Amino acid sequence: MSALTTTPGGRGGSSDARDLKRRWLGTDRRHNLTGWAFLLPAALLIVLVSFVPMIQAFILSLQTGRGTRLEFADPLWYNYQRLLGDEIFKQTLGNTLIYLVIQVPIMLILAMVLANLLNNPNLRFKAFWRTAIFLPCAVSLVSYSLVFRTMFANDGFVNDVLTTFGGQPVNWLGEADTARFVLILGLLWRWTGYNMIFFLAGLQNIDRSTLEAARVDGANALQVFWRVTVPQLRPIILLTAIMSTNGTLQLFDESWALTRGGPAYASMSVSHYLYEVSFQRNPNFGYGAALAYVILILVAVLAFIQMKVGDKRG
Amino acid sequence: MAKRLRGLPGYLVLGIWTVFSLFPLYFMAVSATNSSQDVLASRLIPGTELFTNIAALFAAQDVARAMGSSFAIAAGTTVLALLVCSVAGYGFEVYHSKGKDVLMGVLLLAMMIPFAATMIPLFQVFAKLGLVNSLVAVIVPSVSTPLLILLFRQSSRSFPSEILEAARMDGLNELSIFARIYVPTMRATFAAAGVITFMMAWNNYLWPRVILIKNEVQTMPMLIVNLSAGYVTDYGVLMLAVLLASLPTVVVFLVLQRSFANGITGAIK
Repeated sequence: MSALTTTPGGRGGSSDARDLKRRWLGTDRRHNLTGWAFLLPAALLIVLVSFVPMIQAFILSLQTGRGTRLEFADPLWYNYQRLLGDEIFKQTLGNTLIYLVIQVPIMLILAMVLANLLNNPNLRFKAFWRTAIFLPCAVSLVSYSLVFRTMFANDGFVNDVLTTFGGQPVNWLGEADTARFVLILGLLWRWTGYNMIFFLAGLQNIDRSTLEAARVDGANALQVFWRVTVPQLRPIILLTAIMSTNGTLQLFDESWALTRGGPAYASMSVSHYLYEVSFQRNPNFGYGAALAYVILILVAVLAFIQMKVGDKRG
Repeated sequence: MAKRLRGLPGYLVLGIWTVFSLFPLYFMAVSATNSSQDVLASRLIPGTELFTNIAALFAAQDVARAMGSSFAIAAGTTVLALLVCSVAGYGFEVYHSKGKDVLMGVLLLAMMIPFAATMIPLFQVFAKLGLVNSLVAVIVPSVSTPLLILLFRQSSRSFPSEILEAARMDGLNELSIFARIYVPTMRATFAAAGVITFMMAWNNYLWPRVILIKNEVQTMPMLIVNLSAGYVTDYGVLMLAVLLASLPTVVVFLVLQRSFANGITGAIK
């Protein structure tokens, strides 16, 4: 304990080497403890708002009952068993996977192409393009959802344009496929610029001479992009893919505000269904928690697969 | 000439995406000044209905209160998050040890926990504490985030250890070194972290939706969704409300765009 209270700074004063050594060890230990004290509030908060609730949610997923009157289910895995037979769950999980499989690859390729164009040193008005493409990130998810909902309303802007050019108006939010299409379009609008920023940061770390060398060797722009730029962006592709997968599996705001899950459950995301089960009509926390665990496991498994695939291509 | 034409497809792609990117925002801004009928008639030029829409919006919803709640939540989250996460990021890097690396690894795992998986127990805990409908309950779960700690840890690497040693020689205690030397030199990191936290907190929807049950207590994102939930929607009024809900974050974005970009990508550098 005395080591903890020794003050540092007496470096020149002591002639005893052992004493000096002990003092420095003491300072190190004290600094180490100071470090732990600095971490404590942040670490404690993360444990309390993430890890503890995660464990509680698992326990909850083994319980049944309405509201606060919960008891352990018989069998314990009853909620998970029920999920397997839940058609709405399958539908909403399917919708979410459709968004994932269609939207994420298109978005990442677009983001990479746009970043590559912006990285051209001869490009003019660079700041303008960058700001314009990045700007949608400043708008909240429900805000843009409502703008898209207004533009794609039955008698709204998009149908006006269609009829002006001699087309037929489309019931965008009233049909399953078109509702999903509008939602994917919205996701592309909101997140492409966001991911582009990551690719731009990655491109700045690429040695320009590798690109020049490829060009001298007679590669055209597309070949340079595909064979030289893309492989060097691999860590960024992996990162953005994991982030986007994670985000898509947790998709809620757009499903809630843009399509309202409809028609029926045709465009509802699995997180939206989780909210409905847990907090609307007859709240069923146990069943909701089981649903949440499916999302948690999917996030973990997909991140794991992506990391494995990302590693192998090296 | 040939060289100029070579860049043309690039400008075309950028141009198309820029139009796609800006049009919904233009549509929102212009529609805020038009009547609902004009919005549906796709009137794309500014109209004269702005003040009618403002009057209708303020009559239908307590906008001032929602704005106040949103500001309180965003500002409160930002201040607390900067405090807690900067101290932690600094602690991880400056007092580096094996045990702390292990802890950081564990905390990073929290990034992979979907909010959905913690939402129900969090609601139960805050309900037990009597904090349903309280802004404190909205703020607390977003104060400490692995992303922000990582951001501060990474940028602490550039904090010169000579300065640290010199300050210790001068007899400054560890907390004053952090407060008086580290914080001022890391202004750029604080700006980046502040911008992303403010924008995330302002735009957050799901958790406030869960924990703020009473109709009177709502954030701006909640207000605009409520506005659109009625059987008949006044699109001019709705777009005005969306504009008001977006304005603070858009302004922050336009002024501090560089910080925002550094904030979202900073942790990976």
